[in-house]
Parts: sequence; C-alpha cells; structure tokens
Amino acid sequence: MCTLEKRGDFFILTLTGENDDHRLSPTLIAAVLSALREAKSQATRGSVLITTSQGKFFSNGFDLGWARSAATPSDAFLRLHQMVESFRPIVAELISLPMPTVAVVQGHAAAAGFGLALSHDYVFMRSDRGVLYMSEVDLGLPFPDYFSVLFRAKLGSIAARRDVLLRGTKVRGAEAVKLGIVDGAYDGEEKVKGAGMQLAEKLASRKWNGEIYKEIRKSLYPELCAILGLEVDKPALSKL
Amino acid sequence: MCTLEKRGNLFILTLTGDSDDDHRLNPALLATILSSLREAKSQATRGAVLITTSQGKFFSNGFDLGWPESAKRLHQMVQSFQPIVAELISLPMPTIAVVQGHAAAAGFALALCHDYVLMRSDKGVLYMSEVDLGLPLPEYFGVLFRAKVGSVSARRDVLLGGMKIRGAEAVRLGIVDGVHEGEEEVKEAGMRLGEELGNRKWDGGVYGEMRKGLYPELCGVLGLEVGKPVLPTL
Repeated sequence: MCTLEKRGDFFILTLTGENDDHRLSPTLIAAVLSALREAKSQATRGSVLITTSQGKFFSNGFDLGWARSAATPSDAFLRLHQMVESFRPIVAELISLPMPTVAVVQGHAAAAGFGLALSHDYVFMRSDRGVLYMSEVDLGLPFPDYFSVLFRAKLGSIAARRDVLLRGTKVRGAEAVKLGIVDGAYDGEEKVKGAGMQLAEKLASRKWNGEIYKEIRKSLYPELCAILGLEVDKPALSKL
Repeated sequence: MCTLEKRGNLFILTLTGDSDDDHRLNPALLATILSSLREAKSQATRGAVLITTSQGKFFSNGFDLGWPESAKRLHQMVQSFQPIVAELISLPMPTIAVVQGHAAAAGFALALCHDYVLMRSDKGVLYMSEVDLGLPLPEYFGVLFRAKVGSVSARRDVLLGGMKIRGAEAVRLGIVDGVHEGEEEVKEAGMRLGEELGNRKWDGGVYGEMRKGLYPELCGVLGLEVGKPVLPTL
C-alpha cells in the first residue's frame, strides 16, 4: 500500500509494490491521507515531504477496475464518485502541508496519479522512462471540478494545459520540463531519486517555519484553496 | 527620505540617503512616498511619466523591522503601504521602477507595482524574504505577485523558495523588463524609456483605467473601482 518513513528531516511517503500500478483505490487513498496527516502532526522546522513509488508506475490514477466491477452502471459511477471525493482531502492536505513537498515521479503518472504529483511544490521525473498522461479525455471521463483548478493553478502555459487536458498528450520527461510541468527530468531511477533527495536537503536547510510556508503556498493558489474549502489563515506574528 | 523632482515630462521619485541606506519603508518614508505620488497625480498632464529609484546599494529593503518590535507595528506598515500600491496601480501616467540596488520584501513589491521594472545586471538582487524570516505574507502582496509574475514556477521560486534573484535571472523569469550594467546605465535606460513613453502623450485618465483593467483581482483587494467611465477626448 504505502509507507511513511522518517529519515532525519525527511518524511518519505512511498507507494509500495514493484509490480503495482498504484491505483488510487479507496484503501490506498485512505492510507495516503493518514500518512500525510501523520507527517503533518510530526512537522518541525526543516521538515520536507518526498513522495515516490516503486516500479514502472508512480500511480495510474483511480481504481477504475474496482468501479467497473460494481453490480450496476450507476453503482460503478458511485464508486468512481467516492474515489474522486476521497482524493479531494489528499490534494487539500498537500496544498496545506506545513513543509515543502517534492514528488519524485519514477514511473508513469496518469489521471489522478498525475494530479497527485502536481499537488507537490516540486516535481521531478525520469527522462528515460515514464510519461505524464491525463487519460480522462481518452476514457471519456469528465474531470472533477478540483482537477481543472489544480491543473490551471500549476500549469502556467495555456498551450500546455490544452495539450495535457484536452489532447491527452503523453508527456515524457524532456517535454515536461520544456512545458514547465516538472522542475527536472533525470536519466534513471537512481538519478531522479538522488535529485529529489538533494533538493529536499536544500529545502530542509532553510529551516522554514511550516505554518508560514503553508500560508504562503496557499496564497499562490487561491482558486484551488477555495474549491478545496481551504480557508486562508492569518497566523499570529509571533516574532519579527 | 524621498524627493519628487520634475524634469520635463518626467516625475522622478527618489528614495534618498547615503550609499549604505537601505531605505526601509518605515511610517515616515511611507507617508512621504504616498504624498509624493499624490502630488505627481495632481500635476499629471498628457505625456507625464513617473520614474521611481533610490540611491546607493539598496532600492529598498522592505518594512522597518527594527522599529519597535511588535506585530502591531508591522501591521501598521502593512496597512500604510497598501495605499501606495493603490496609488501606483491607479496612477494616471506610465510608471517605471529603476531598481539600482537590492529590493527585498515590501521593497520588491514597491518595484513590482510599476508598469516597467529595470534593474542592474552587475549588482543587486530581488528577494522576498518573508518565508526565511517566518513572516506571513500580507494578502495583497500575494495578489500583487500573482498579477505581475506570470510564471507559476517563478512565483513559487520567489515566494515559497525565497530565491535571491539577480538581474539576468529576473529577466529570464519575466519579473523585470531589462537589465543594465552599472548604476548610471540603468538610470539612463530608465530616463530613455521614460522619454519614449512620454512622447506617446497618452491620456492619463484612460491609461490609468486601462492599467486597472489588467489587474482586476489586485484592484479588488485594494478596493479600487474598475471600469469607471472615463470621457475620452475624441
């Protein structure tokens, strides 16, 4: 499912299973959510979250197989809706996490899996393998409201938004860097994980106040906060 | 403190002081800047241009945090700076910030309130220090940065990453419009741009309304009315 490991300043959230495509099923969603809340509860100055997976996939999105195995089509729709609604708090936790966040996308990230990566402050992927892909247009699935807002918040380029969301482009590492979707692309799993750790070390060394960091992050994405029901707090000025 | 000088069509607002003065935006300086902007506004004619610059190593190092330490004092400066942002966003003439030195926090925001920003390539950084200082960002600062810095990753690097940005990088990130090597050079470039814009002899009322229309969310948070009908001279 997933593990949360503390290594010094870092919280390392790993979606486990080498041969798994890490579908965001209700169980995995619940496990990720509770791991994020655990990290939040243990946050100190200099904490950083790194999210990654094992194997060929970062995450292949919601568990559509589980949805389709429902008794009736309308039950299938309800199952999908359940996953959409339970993933929403994960995005909300990431956008309001009181520490910098880094997604190390060591494999394919599709649909909600791509959304999961994008919910982080910094995203690295591989240049040699793996694509980012919003499959919804190809599958004929409408976007949850907060997905569109997330993508508009995080993808600055209008053409990139259109290519990713409307055209279903499968974006490889170099292209993802060019489109401004990710912060770097590295050749091989070792290198991308190394890059993630190196960035995390730099971020940790700034020893930022997590509450301030979180509020500044939220102010970058007001529309996303609104749709996630995240209030903008005014933290007390404890010291100057 | 600061001076307002008229040179032909150009209003030159200079934050004055010796070369080590970091032009902290304390209540006195804030009040003087505000009254200078209102003075320039009252004397505006077609072709008028505002150029804002400083003297020495700093453009401005932000609010005066050394002033008696307390949350209330900082809040007061945050409140007093807001009308300056509002005046700049509604000023009936083009505005140019000539950032001849470091611009940090509210000092960086002051520069960004201008239509055009020039800085030095050889010296000076732009830096939003709040994340490093553990200071919350006033709401209108966030809105200002989102209005003026188009790149999503640049906003993250500046506000969330506390990046210190030198001239060439600032151009690359789309934060400034040009860089020049040396204080004389950047000031001359500012004057040249000022003259060029002044020669267009724009109707200031229309110009100010158009500018506000570019930044509706910022106007909203500043309480500035947008879309007030201006009688054009046809």
